[in-house]
Amino acid sequence: MEAFLIQMMIAATPVLLAGLGELVTERSGVLNLGVEGMMLMGAVGAFAAAFLLGSTPLAIVIGAASGALMALIFAVFSISFLANQAATGLALTIFGIGASGLIGQPFVGQPLEPLAKLDIPWLSDATVLGRVLFAHDAMVYAALLLAAAVAWFLGRTRAGLSLRAVGDNPDSAHALGLSVIRTRYLATLFGGAMAGLGGAYLSIAYTPMWGPNMTAGRGWIALALVVFATWRPGRLVLGAYLFAAVDIMRFYAGSIDDWICARAGLLCGGDQADRFLTQMPAQVLSMLPYLATIVALVLISRNVALTKANAPASIGRPFRPST
Amino acid sequence: MIALEPRATPSRALSLMSPVIAIALTLIVGGALLAAMGKPPLEALYVYFFQPFDELWKWLTIPDQRGMWIYTPSEVLVKAIPLALIGAALAVCFRANVWNIGAAGQYTLGAIAAGGVALYGPEGPAWLVLPLYLLAGVLGGLAWAAIPALLKTRANANEILVSLMLTYVAAQLLDYLVRGPWRAPGGFPETPDFQQAYLLPYLLDGTRLHAGLILAIVIALALAVMMRHTLQGFQVRTVGAAPRAAAFAGFSVAGTTWFVLLLSGGLAGLAGAVEVSATVQQLQPEISAEYGFTAIIVAFLGRLNPAGALLGALVLAVSYIGGENAQIMLRLPKDVTGIFQGMLLFFLLACDTLIRFRLRLSLGRAA
Repeated sequence: MEAFLIQMMIAATPVLLAGLGELVTERSGVLNLGVEGMMLMGAVGAFAAAFLLGSTPLAIVIGAASGALMALIFAVFSISFLANQAATGLALTIFGIGASGLIGQPFVGQPLEPLAKLDIPWLSDATVLGRVLFAHDAMVYAALLLAAAVAWFLGRTRAGLSLRAVGDNPDSAHALGLSVIRTRYLATLFGGAMAGLGGAYLSIAYTPMWGPNMTAGRGWIALALVVFATWRPGRLVLGAYLFAAVDIMRFYAGSIDDWICARAGLLCGGDQADRFLTQMPAQVLSMLPYLATIVALVLISRNVALTKANAPASIGRPFRPST
Repeated sequence: MIALEPRATPSRALSLMSPVIAIALTLIVGGALLAAMGKPPLEALYVYFFQPFDELWKWLTIPDQRGMWIYTPSEVLVKAIPLALIGAALAVCFRANVWNIGAAGQYTLGAIAAGGVALYGPEGPAWLVLPLYLLAGVLGGLAWAAIPALLKTRANANEILVSLMLTYVAAQLLDYLVRGPWRAPGGFPETPDFQQAYLLPYLLDGTRLHAGLILAIVIALALAVMMRHTLQGFQVRTVGAAPRAAAFAGFSVAGTTWFVLLLSGGLAGLAGAVEVSATVQQLQPEISAEYGFTAIIVAFLGRLNPAGALLGALVLAVSYIGGENAQIMLRLPKDVTGIFQGMLLFFLLACDTLIRFRLRLSLGRAA
């Protein structure tokens, strides 16, 4: 149980980071479906930097910069050139899969030291709770802090209000003198940098290694989480942790079965048929995160009032200043 | 400062030329990229985009002893068949403003359903069992696309995300079947070969060019006629362009969503069935499901016209074959193909804007 919770916090971090970025991007009225591609570029950029330069902080910065650079391509086409946002995002993903594969070719199979865990005296090892909550690398906490920062920014600052205005009604925002284009560029770049960070965490801390297509759909899951969270950072944290719990279940099939057996007072032998998860084919366990994402999406989307309350009203619609 | 200024009417010339312009831009930027990688750009571009058409006299030739199919232009057509089938249907789907991007999953399910029939179905003459096989493929893809259709129309769930999640599920399902219950006795994770009667006939001796070509051309042209000349096509276009107006006209938005998703899912499933029967003739963990994604570019390259998708499929097929050739001859990784394909879609989308707007250089006064 303890190991499960620790692993869950780690597995949630990449999708949380990418989701936070996309949340801000979408709140400004821009739907960037290229998260998967941006994450992959962040992952390969950070890995290359960590491997060649040996510096973790530099690797993190380069990961974020790689994601932001990808977002810039997206912004030029979809914001400046008014290209269809959904299709441009897909192009970004296709491009990112190819480009990251090309850049990452020399690094396939290379080992890397994982990120150092923060070791807070007595907090990190005193209790179970201490070990679960305080035994992580800095990025796990950074992701949570960023979630709080985004919530504060969107809800409590003037700039955040402007960003939401641009996302809800760009024409009015423009008439009020806000720069819709500039706001959307910045929000999109932030989204790219965060997706790059999420990718960086995958390649230099979570695994830590580089492999082609290593995000395995996490960029798309981050997009789904934003909907699940109804565009609110707090719920995004919840969603990311729930997703991570389902995602890592396959590694803990045996222990979860033991746990269920103990709770239910069942007699479960090592190879008995009532060990539910253990006897499931590996592929079924691998499907679970994707199926769970669909179920979560459906449960939230059914509630139109809840979705409409925070959904940016003009999401996906290109804006051209009339004067 | 460059600004966009709306045109009074969309530029007719540009709308015809935009795929050509986009391809040209891709070649220019791609060439620069190859140069930056230290590869001779002109030679590399030649290998990518022109070599597949080289040696046209080899059209009918039998491959050499090493089984090098890739140099014959017929292989371009073989690759173009699934791309055209899926791309033509996606063109219809995108016209309705429904974003089915999970065609890869529907393709996989089509291959699974049809493959099941080919492995365990009745023995019989090809004219009897082959339609059964293809129908199973259509139904497999249809069923997989029905999930996003149902969840979109009933629960308002985003079809982009649902259809995409299902591609990962489909890939795992295929993996389970070929490594588990359907696995052939022996070493590799693959099913036994399909029964002979379930294999699509080849059109030309010595090539792998198969009857799927006729299917793809007929279906794409039929879809083009449907879009232009039938009420159903008009409904799809209206719902896509102006859903509120469509609703006032009595067109059902939900009905259209169902129609285009089932259509594109069914044809993606058909493509999967056709492809495995004609090429690998068995199921494997990897059955080129990425065609489902590439077909998105095909649809846009064909300017969202099903007949145009035929040409689009040809161009993308060339890039695949060129990519394989470049891998062998220039040691260029196959990822370069993906980069080219992504760039092509970027430029196509930007050209779409230039059809409706003209660029105007204005000095000072930023927008």
